[in-house]
Amino acid sequence: MKDYEMVIGLEVHTELSTKTKIFCSCTTEFGGEPNTHCCPICTGMPGVLPKLNKKVVEYGIAVGLATNCSITPYGKFDRKNYFYPDLPKAYQISQLYLPICRDGFIEIEGKDFKKKIGIHEIHMEEDAGKLIHDPIFDTTRADYNRCGVPLLEIVSEPDFRSADEVIAYLETLKAILQYLGVSDCKMQEGSLRADVNLSVRPKGQTEFGTRTEMKNLNSFRSIARAIAAEKKRQIEVLESGEKVVQETRRWDDDAGYSYAMRSKEDAQDYRYFPEPDLAPVEISEEWKAEIRATLPMLPKERRNKYIEEFGLSDYDAGLITGIKALADYFDDVNAIVNDPKEVANWLLGSFMRVAKEGEDDSFRILLDPDKLAKIIAMIKTNKINRNTGKDVFFAVWKDNLDPEVYVEEHDLAMVGDDDLVKDTVAKILAENPKTVEQYKGGKTKVLGFLVGQCMKELKGKADPGTINAMLRESLK
Amino acid sequence: MAFYEWTPLETASKIRNKEIGVRELLEATLAHAVKVDNEIGAFLRFENEYALKKADEVQAKIDRGEQVGTLAGVPFGLKDNICSKGMETCCASKILGGFYPPYDATVMKKLDEADVIMIGKTNMDEFAMGSTTETSYYKATKNPWGLDCVPGGSSGGSAAAVASREVPFSIGSDTGGSIRQPASYCGVTGLKPTYGAVSRFGLIAYGSSLDQIGPIATTARDCAEIFEMICGYDEMDSTSMPMEIKVLDQIDDGVKGLKIGIPRSYFGEGLDPQVRDAVLKAAEVFEKSGAEVEEFDLSMLDYAVPAYYIIASAEASSNLSRFDGVKYGFRSESAEGLRDIYLKTRTEGFGSEVKKRIMLGAFALSSGYYDAYYNKALQVKALIKKAFDDAFAKYDMILGPVAPTTAPKLGESLKDPLAMYLSDIYTVSANLAGLPGLALPCGFSREKMPIGMQLLAKAFDEGKLLRAGVLYQRETAFHEKMPAVIGEVGEE
Repeated sequence: MKDYEMVIGLEVHTELSTKTKIFCSCTTEFGGEPNTHCCPICTGMPGVLPKLNKKVVEYGIAVGLATNCSITPYGKFDRKNYFYPDLPKAYQISQLYLPICRDGFIEIEGKDFKKKIGIHEIHMEEDAGKLIHDPIFDTTRADYNRCGVPLLEIVSEPDFRSADEVIAYLETLKAILQYLGVSDCKMQEGSLRADVNLSVRPKGQTEFGTRTEMKNLNSFRSIARAIAAEKKRQIEVLESGEKVVQETRRWDDDAGYSYAMRSKEDAQDYRYFPEPDLAPVEISEEWKAEIRATLPMLPKERRNKYIEEFGLSDYDAGLITGIKALADYFDDVNAIVNDPKEVANWLLGSFMRVAKEGEDDSFRILLDPDKLAKIIAMIKTNKINRNTGKDVFFAVWKDNLDPEVYVEEHDLAMVGDDDLVKDTVAKILAENPKTVEQYKGGKTKVLGFLVGQCMKELKGKADPGTINAMLRESLK
Repeated sequence: MAFYEWTPLETASKIRNKEIGVRELLEATLAHAVKVDNEIGAFLRFENEYALKKADEVQAKIDRGEQVGTLAGVPFGLKDNICSKGMETCCASKILGGFYPPYDATVMKKLDEADVIMIGKTNMDEFAMGSTTETSYYKATKNPWGLDCVPGGSSGGSAAAVASREVPFSIGSDTGGSIRQPASYCGVTGLKPTYGAVSRFGLIAYGSSLDQIGPIATTARDCAEIFEMICGYDEMDSTSMPMEIKVLDQIDDGVKGLKIGIPRSYFGEGLDPQVRDAVLKAAEVFEKSGAEVEEFDLSMLDYAVPAYYIIASAEASSNLSRFDGVKYGFRSESAEGLRDIYLKTRTEGFGSEVKKRIMLGAFALSSGYYDAYYNKALQVKALIKKAFDDAFAKYDMILGPVAPTTAPKLGESLKDPLAMYLSDIYTVSANLAGLPGLALPCGFSREKMPIGMQLLAKAFDEGKLLRAGVLYQRETAFHEKMPAVIGEVGEE
C-alpha cells in the first residue's frame, strides 16, 4: 500500500454572543420555549426588512484582526437561496462576494508541529432555525428561536495534514474567540461548529485528491474520530481502484461512521446575488483602529507574559492561557497568594481533573478563586498539610464551600501542640521495636512506615516533614 | 360640489372648519365608494370597522382641540401589498390569502399617526407583477374612463379608486412604473419618489432594489402634501436615506428659469401620435411659463426594459420564495410531505404571470448564467444611471410620455405579454436609476381616454417635479375632469 497524506480544510461556524440577533432586536439567548425568541423580522414575514446589528460587524472586525486578516473597507451581504422549513425567508443572508475578512492566519503548535494555518476568509451570516421531530404525532415542527442569531464562518486554507493539527487549530481559535469575548464556543449548544473538508493523496503528489465534506461534528473528540475514519475510508476506496466521490457526508458519532448526504451532482445552486435590502458595510480605518485599540490581550501575548513575569514554563503557560476562564482564574488566585508556580501547580493538577470533566469540551469552574487562595494560604502557613489541602479542595469544590470553615468543622487543622507530637513519636517507637531495630541496622527505608504510623495516630493533622525530622532525631 | 369631488386638502380643511364631521364624511365616502366600486372593482376589501373607529378617534382629537395632521380625517385607499396591522394583506394573490400582518408598514403607520383614515385595500396585479391589474387573483379592475379598458398596473386599484373619486387619494407602489402608468391611464396624478425617500418597511417586496411607495391623488399639490407625510429616514429600512426631504416650501415657485429636456428617443417609433401631441403641448405650457425646453439625446433607452425585467424578476424569485405553504397563507390541501407542500402550494398558489417571472429570475441567477444575465443587467443599470446623471447635469427635469398609448382594452395585453413589457419603456429607467418621477394628466384621446405625461428629476429633487406639476395644473384643467361613471352611479 502506498503512503498517503491527508489534506484538510475547515469551515468553522461560531455563534456570536451579541445580546441581540443580527438583523432584529430579538435575544440571542440559547434555548427558551420554541418560537419565543423571534419576531416578524427574524421569521422573515412578508414586507419586513433586515437591520444590521453593528455589534456583529465589530465582532467580525475583532476576529479578523486577531487572526491577522485584512479587513475589507467595503463589505456587502448576499442572499443564499434554498428551500428548507428552518429557513423562513427561503434565503440566508450571508456574504459571498465581499466578505468582511480575508487572508489571515493562525499559528498553532503541538508535540511534533508548529505551523501557520491560513484563513481564507471570514464572513458574517445569520443562523437558521431548528426542526424538531415529534415521534408521537409523527410531525415535524419548526422552532425559529435560533433564526437570525449572528454567525461568523471562518474558512481555513487546506493547510492541515493531521487530526492533531486540526484539534490544535480549533483549540487556538476557540481560545481567541473566548479571549475576544465574541462567542462562548459551546460545541454542545452549537455555538461552535466545524465542517471538515478532507482528501487524501499519495505522499509526494502535489495536486489535491477529491475531497468530501463532513458535517455533524459535535465535539473535538468526534472530529478526531471522524477524520481518522474518513481517511481510512478514502484510502480504502482508492486502494480498491475506485474514485472518491465529491460529496457531503454526515458523521454518526454513536455508530462511528459517516454516510453520504448528497453528492456534487445534486448539490444545490444557491443562486447567490447581492442582498438589496441592506446598505453596503463601510469600514473606515478609524473604526478599525478603534476596535484594534480595545482588543484584549490574546492567548499568545498572555502566554509570553506568564513565562516572563511569572517564570512559568512554556508548557504550563500554554496550558493555562489556552483556556481563557482558566487564565482568568489563575490571575484571580495569584493576585491573592502571589505565588504563580504554586497556583499553576494547583490548576494543572487537581483543578484540571475536576474542571474538565466528561467528554464534552466544556470547562466548569465551581469554586471561587478566593477559596482556592485560602487553601493555598492554609498550606503555606502550616495550618494544614499538603495532603489535607488536596482533600479539602476536592471536598469544597462542588458546593463552593469555604475551605476554612470546612477545615474547622472537620477538625483538620494541624496539631499545634508540640508535646502531643513528641509523645506520639515516642509511642510509635515504643510500639514498633522491630522496625526500630531494622532502621538502626541500616534499613533506613522503614522510616516511611514509622512516619505513616505517626500520621495515622495524629489523624493526618501534622506536618510529615516535622515528624520525619523528629523520628530521625530520636533514632540517632 | 359633491363631497367626493373635494381634494384631500379641501376635505381636510372642511373637517378642520367643522363643515363636516369625520364620521359623517367617512360614512358618506364608504357608501359612495361601495356603490361606485360595484362598477370599477378598485378595492379588494373595505375596512369599515377599523375606519369608523379611527374616524371617531380623529373627531375626538379635533374636538379636544389637539394638534392633528394636515390631512386629518381624510379617507384613503392602500395598495394590497402594503401591510396594515391586523387587516388582510395579500398582494391580490391566492398564496397569501388570509395573511393578517401583525405590524403596520412604516407608511401606514405614518399616515395613521397623521390622523388619515385607511378605508380599504386596493386591487393590484398579483405581487405587483403586471401592467393592467388583470393578474390579480381576485378580479380585474376597470378603468373608470372606459369600463372595457384596463386601469393600468400594478397599482391599478389605487389609481382607479382616485379617478372614480371613491377616495380623495391612495397609496401605490412603483417598481417599473406601477404608480405612474396607472395614474396616466386613469387621468390622475401619481408620484414615484426617489429610491430611499420613502421607507419600504412593510411593503411586500417585488424587486427590492426598485420598489418605492408613493401617493396617487387628483393634484400635484395633494401628492406633495402626502409625500412629505410619508417620506423620510426609517431605521427599519437600511435603504432609506438619512436626510430631510422638503417639497412644500417650494411648491408655488413655478418653473421660471428651469431647464426641461425632452429626449428625442422618447418620441420615436411605437408612440401613439395622440400621446406625442399631448405631451409636446404640455411642453409648450412649461415654455410659456418661463421654462427653457429643449430636445436632447438620452442613450441606453433600448436596454432599459430587458435590464429591468431581469433585475426585478431575479429579486422577485428570491423575495417570493418565502411563500411556501409552511408558515402562513395558502397551503395546498392535497400536499403530503415537504417536497409536495412546496411544489403543490406554489403551483396552485401563484398565478401564471408570477410563476413566469419567478422562473425567469431563478434562471437569470443560476450558476453559469449569472454573469450573462443578472450581472449584465446590473451593468446596464449603472450605465442608465450614468446617462441620467449626465442629463441632469444639464437639465432640471426630463419630460416625456408615461406610456406609448392610452389604456388598452381588458384582455388585450395578456395575449401579447412581450408588447406589454415593452410598454414599460418610459417608466422603468427611473426605477433602474432610482430617480423620482411624476405622472400627471395632460390630455384626452379621441376615445376620451386620459393621456399622461411624465416628469423625471435627479434623486431627491421631488420638489422640482411637484412645483412643475402645481404650475401645470394651475394652467390646465385636465386633472379636474371626472369620468362619467361617477354621475351615472350616483343617479341610480
